[in-house]
Amino acid sequence: MRAPFRTTAMDSIFGVPVQALFGQLLIGLINGSFYALLSLGLAVIFGLLNIINFTHGAQYMMGAFVAYLLASKAGLGYWWSLALVPLVVGFTGVVIERLMLSKLYRLDHLYGLLLTFGLALIIQGLFRNEYGTSGLPYAMPAELAGGRNLGFMFLPNYRAWVIVASLGVCIGTWFVIEKTKLGSYLRAATENPALVQAFGINVPRMITLTYGFGVALAAFAGVMAAPIYQVSPQMGADLIIVVFAVVVIGGMGSIMGSIVTGFALGLIEGLTKVFYPEASNTVIFIIMAIVLMFKPAGLFGSQK
Amino acid sequence: MSDGVIKIGVLNDGSSLYADLTGQGSVVAARMAIEDFGAAKKGMKVEVLYADHQNKADVGSAVARQWYDVDKVDAIFDVPNSGVALAVSQITRDKGKAFVVSGAATSDLTGKACSPNTIHWTYDTWMLANGTGNAIVKTGGDSWFFLTADYAFGHALERDTEAVVLKSGGKVLGKVRHPLNTQDFSSFLLQAQASKAKIVGLANAGGDTTNAIKQASEFGIVKGGQSLAGLLVFLTDVHGLGLEKAQGLIFTETFYWDQNAQTRAFGKRFATANRGIHPTMIHAGVYAGVLHYLKAVEALKSDDGTKVIAKMKDTPTDDPLFGKGRIRADGRKVHPALLVEVKKPSESKAPWDYYKIRATIPAEQAFRPEKDGGCSLVK
Repeated sequence: MRAPFRTTAMDSIFGVPVQALFGQLLIGLINGSFYALLSLGLAVIFGLLNIINFTHGAQYMMGAFVAYLLASKAGLGYWWSLALVPLVVGFTGVVIERLMLSKLYRLDHLYGLLLTFGLALIIQGLFRNEYGTSGLPYAMPAELAGGRNLGFMFLPNYRAWVIVASLGVCIGTWFVIEKTKLGSYLRAATENPALVQAFGINVPRMITLTYGFGVALAAFAGVMAAPIYQVSPQMGADLIIVVFAVVVIGGMGSIMGSIVTGFALGLIEGLTKVFYPEASNTVIFIIMAIVLMFKPAGLFGSQK
Repeated sequence: MSDGVIKIGVLNDGSSLYADLTGQGSVVAARMAIEDFGAAKKGMKVEVLYADHQNKADVGSAVARQWYDVDKVDAIFDVPNSGVALAVSQITRDKGKAFVVSGAATSDLTGKACSPNTIHWTYDTWMLANGTGNAIVKTGGDSWFFLTADYAFGHALERDTEAVVLKSGGKVLGKVRHPLNTQDFSSFLLQAQASKAKIVGLANAGGDTTNAIKQASEFGIVKGGQSLAGLLVFLTDVHGLGLEKAQGLIFTETFYWDQNAQTRAFGKRFATANRGIHPTMIHAGVYAGVLHYLKAVEALKSDDGTKVIAKMKDTPTDDPLFGKGRIRADGRKVHPALLVEVKKPSESKAPWDYYKIRATIPAEQAFRPEKDGGCSLVK
């Protein structure tokens, strides 16, 4: 007599073949790369400026749009964009910091939040007015087109590049802030700006450049996203809420926390898309609620 | 005429994934209809109001109530997003006003949820399923996997298409329901790939469809021997994707600007007033719906919603975009449907020159037979 079950526990988990699960985990990791990149920028800005940067999603969107404009108006391709766009959008961040944010450091967090949220709505509205909402096409760089068959899944080359590039950027940023002299100045300046200033370091300039760097990270993620998603004005608004949840789970301001949580939540979301896709939009917020119940400062955060 | 002025409310998605295919374009279309009807010359005062329902049924319902109760709006037009449209249809019925749907898709609006105060103008899920589903099954696409937007519209489109596939002897190997406004489809595409279905049916619309198509090409779905069926694709989606990615897609529409001299003239005029964006079938439906509505109001000399809708059903329709047609007792406007194929980049001669018309499905076959819908108004 044949066994009543055709599959055994060895090759399937809750009815999903293990092979398919590997593919889904990898996909989760790729989406996690975007979460990590974006939440990293937010964590840097919050950690050093104490500003909750709600403009982050709009700056990510601007990154994708500037890449599109460079390609369509100036004929500059993906690799040029990867280098130039963070500089261009980072510079707009510097302008915003100098003209507006710098006036708010003495006030409650809420003012910074309101300002950056308002800016995000204005920027998204302007782009929507000009470019509509159906999105614009952005071609995949020829070097990264195509993909390879890994046996358990088809992995587009570009997605492999996304993981590698974002891991590199994340680890690089962590290294600079936690392990170098420049990073130690930055960290010291957030603890006690007056004292660091007394040592002859230009603290306001350092803070301006830090904000610019955080914004540049968002723009970098935007360029990375342009060949995969439609370049559209609301692409950042859809993502930023999730990324904020990632930052809260990781612990506001924790660099390593935001990187690890970004990748981990990508994985969890990926699994949800297999077992119960209807909940894939909400699973991160459920986790956020649970984490906040037990560790209000987030998984990697420290209570001040 | 109540209060001496006819007030038309255009309610749709003004800022999210359906904003280009409905949005301000629908307001432009409504204004063009009022102008072409010659309201000013006839001494009829017609005003247009606009609101964004943000794809939320509660927001849409609140606007509809406010419009009917406070702003004295006589009729609401467009309303994409089937969830919102079903809610507005019920409110319109309670208030005895008029509702002419162009943007929403669910065939339930003229089926089990039909109303004496609602007309469904442009298209519906049954018509899309029948047009596109049939054409694909006939050319050998007999096993399907659905990617479905998880709300009233996606469910209706999946249900109606599945019925066509099964009836023609095909089978459905699997389906996955994704939340509205999803950015990343890679996980779902991987599941579709693993199913080995010949056809991956996209029961979604707007930004969801374009993102899914873009990523399907990245994951080599078509190169791997599977085909994509966009069950609801609009002209603006094709524009957003670019012909390189969209070429070869086959789907069903009821209007294309490049059909004849009249539609071309409309398309040009519309694009000039709408940032160069050419009209989708939804925009065309708003235009034709407003025109027919105003004719009925003029004939009745009344803007009483229930009476106007009844008059609209009694009067044969005739407009430059859909030609001659009629509105059935269940509220379904019938006209021919077009099975279109997206051109290759080399075949397109000008911007917005995107479709080849492969077949025209006659009006009487394009839509669900009146007796099959389960509408209580059909005796």
